[in-house]
Amino acid sequence: MSDETNKGLLSPLRRKLLMGMAAVPAITMLPRNSFAQTPATSAVNTTGLAVTDTEVTVGILHSATGTMAISETGSIEAEKLAIEQINAAGGVLGRKIKFIQEDGASDWPTFAEKAKKLLVNDKVAAIMGCWTSASRKAVLPVVEQYNGMLYYPTFYEGLEQSKNVIYTGQEATQQILAGLNWIAKEKGAKTFFFIGSDYIWPRTSNKIARKHVENVLKGKVVGEEYYPLGNTQFNSVINKIKLTKPDVIFTDVVGGSNVAFYKQLKAAGIDLAKQPLLTISVTEDEIDGIGGENIAGAYACMKYFQSLDNPNNKAFVPAFKKMWGEKTVIGDVTQAAYLGPWLWKLTVEKAGSFDVDKIAAASPGVEFKGAPEGYVRIHENHHLWSKTRVGRAKLDGQFELIYETADLVEPDPFPKGYQ
Amino acid sequence: MFGDYSLGDLGSIFVMQGFAGLILFSVYVLMALGLAIIFGQMGVINMAHGEFMILGAYVTWMTSNLFQTYMPGLFGGYFFLAMILAFLASGALGMLVEWALIRHLYKRPLDTLLATWGLSLMLQQAYRSVFGAREVGVELPQWMLGSLQVTSSIEVPINGVFVMGLTVLITIAVAYVMFKSRWGRQVRAVVQNRIMAGAVGINTEKVDRYTFGLGCGIAGVAGSAFTMIGSTGPTSGQLYIVDTFLVVVFGGAASLLGTIASAFSISQTQSTLEFFMSGSMAKVLTLLAVVGILMLRPQGLFALKVRK
Repeated sequence: MSDETNKGLLSPLRRKLLMGMAAVPAITMLPRNSFAQTPATSAVNTTGLAVTDTEVTVGILHSATGTMAISETGSIEAEKLAIEQINAAGGVLGRKIKFIQEDGASDWPTFAEKAKKLLVNDKVAAIMGCWTSASRKAVLPVVEQYNGMLYYPTFYEGLEQSKNVIYTGQEATQQILAGLNWIAKEKGAKTFFFIGSDYIWPRTSNKIARKHVENVLKGKVVGEEYYPLGNTQFNSVINKIKLTKPDVIFTDVVGGSNVAFYKQLKAAGIDLAKQPLLTISVTEDEIDGIGGENIAGAYACMKYFQSLDNPNNKAFVPAFKKMWGEKTVIGDVTQAAYLGPWLWKLTVEKAGSFDVDKIAAASPGVEFKGAPEGYVRIHENHHLWSKTRVGRAKLDGQFELIYETADLVEPDPFPKGYQ
Repeated sequence: MFGDYSLGDLGSIFVMQGFAGLILFSVYVLMALGLAIIFGQMGVINMAHGEFMILGAYVTWMTSNLFQTYMPGLFGGYFFLAMILAFLASGALGMLVEWALIRHLYKRPLDTLLATWGLSLMLQQAYRSVFGAREVGVELPQWMLGSLQVTSSIEVPINGVFVMGLTVLITIAVAYVMFKSRWGRQVRAVVQNRIMAGAVGINTEKVDRYTFGLGCGIAGVAGSAFTMIGSTGPTSGQLYIVDTFLVVVFGGAASLLGTIASAFSISQTQSTLEFFMSGSMAKVLTLLAVVGILMLRPQGLFALKVRK
C-alpha cells in the first residue's frame, strides 16, 4: 500500500533527476566505468527501499552506550571501515553507501524499536547490527515482519536460521568442536572443567561441548559451573579447579567477569603455561581489559586473530588502525562485523538488485575472497563456511596462531546429537 | 564428591577456601564502608556509589600510565600513591556533588535515590566519553601478582592479602575518625539530632559535606584496590552496587559494626555455598537467606537507637 503511493510520488522526481543527469557532462558525475554499470533505480529497487540513483542507505544498529558498548564499539568501527572502503571502490551497483547509525543502548526493546525505525521510516536496504543473542532475538521478529536484511556479526549458540538474517560469526559447533578435538589430541586431555557466565550462549555452548567430550572424545567433564553476569569473585571455583585438577579448563565467561576471572586465576597461582585453558569468549578486545600478563598462555578458539598472516589481513589491520587509532585491537567479532557490508555488496551485485527477497535467495554461494580471515562463503542456511583456529595468548595481548583446520568448517546451526 | 581425594588435599582446599571467604569478606567491607557512612550517617541513598569507585579505578589507571612513562624505576610503588590520589579525586567529586545536588534534597531522602541514580548515568557516560567505551587494563607491579606458597599445596593470592590488609587499615581509620575524633563526635551529633547539633554551634552543613566526601573518598580507595581483582570500564561500578547495598541494609543502616558483621556473614555463606553448588545457585540461596532474615528483622542485624 505505502509502496504504491511512494512510487507514484517518486517517479516524476526520478524522471526529472535522470533528465538532469543526462544534461550534465558525464565526467563531472561519476567515474566513467561505474556510470556505465549503474542500472536504473526502478530496476534494482522494486520494493521502495531507500535507494536513489547515486546513493543507497543502510542501517548500523549497535550499542554505543550502556554495558555492551565495550564489545560493540569494535563492530561499529569495522562496519564503518567496510562501508568507506566499498565507497572508495565505487560503491554498490554504482551507488555510494550512506549509513544511518542507531544506538541500541544495551537495551533489547530499544534494539527492536530502532530496527523498526530503520526499516519503516528510513527504509534501509540492510541492517548491520546486534551483538548479544538477546538483542538479536528482539530484532528478529521485526526484520521478519518488515522483511529487512540483518547482518549479525557475533559467534553465537546456533539453533536459529532465518531468511532475513546472515550470520557472519560462527555458530557454536563450528567454533567449539575443532578446538576441543585439537586440545584433546595435542594435550592428551581427558578431563575438562567448564566454567561460564549464566545465560543462553555459555549454557548452550557447554551443552554441545559436553556431548562432544563425552560421546566423541570419550573424556569426562569433572565440573560445570555458572556464575551470574557481572560476577567479580571466582576464588571458590578456582579452589574447585585446584581440587579436581582437570586436564583442560574450558571457559565461556563474558564481559567484566572475564577480567576478574583471569586476574584471580593468576593470583591463585594457576600458571596457564602448565594448566591448559581453552576459552571461546576472549578476543583481543577482552585482553585489553584483562591485561596480557594475566592471560598469557591461554588458548582461544575462534575463526580470526589480529595476528593472522595472510595478504587480506595485512591490508585490513593497517587500514583499521589508520581509521581508528594505532592502539585499537581487532577481535574475532570485529572482523566478522567487517564482513557484513562486503557480503551484502557482493550479494547485491550477484542478485543485480537491492530487493530483500532477491538478496536472501542469492546469498547462498556468495564468496568473499578479500575476508581478513582468509576466505568465506555463505551456506544454504545463511551462516558462513569458515575455518576454525586456535591461538595462544601472548604477553602483548595478541594471539599466536597454533592450529587451524585444513578445510572450511560447515556451519550446522541445528546439530544432530548435540541437543 | 570427596571420595577420590587424600586427606591432605582436602585439608589444603579447606584452608584455601576459608581464605577465599575472608577475601570476599574484605572486598565486601571495603565496598560497603563508604556507603555505610553516607547511607547510615546521612540517610542519603547514593546510587552513584559504584561510579565513585570506578573513578578511583580510573585514577589508578592514569597513575600507572604516568609512572610507566615518566618514572618506570618507581613503578613498584605507584599503587600507594594511586590510592591516595583516588581518595582525593573521589572525595573531591563527592564534596562537589554534595554541594551542587545532595544538600538540596536532605528533606526529601527518597528523591536522593533518583537524583544519584541520574548522577550515576551521567558519570558512566562521562567515563565513556573521556576514557572510551572499552575496558582499560591496569598494569600491576610485579610483586603484587601471583601467590604466596605457604605449604606445598596451600597457595594464598597476594592481592587477596593486600586487600585484607587495606581493609583492616581503613576500617581502623574510619572507626577512629568516627568514634574518637572531635569531628566524628560532630558527625554523630548531627545524625542524632540535627537541630540541637546546630544549636550548640556545630556547622552542620560543613559536617554533611565532609561526611559525604569521606564516604566517596573511601569508595575511591576501594575502586583503586579492586583494579587488582576486577575490571575497569565505564559501567564496572554497576557490578558492585547491588552487593554493596545488600551488605549495608542487612547490617542495619546506621551501624558500622553491623556493616562488618553483615559483610562477614554474607561472604562466608556465599563462599561456602559456592564451593558445594554452582555460583548462580549459591547467589540465589544467599539472597533468599538475607530476604528471610530481613523479614524477621527489618531494621537489619544491628540497629542504632536514633531519636526520630
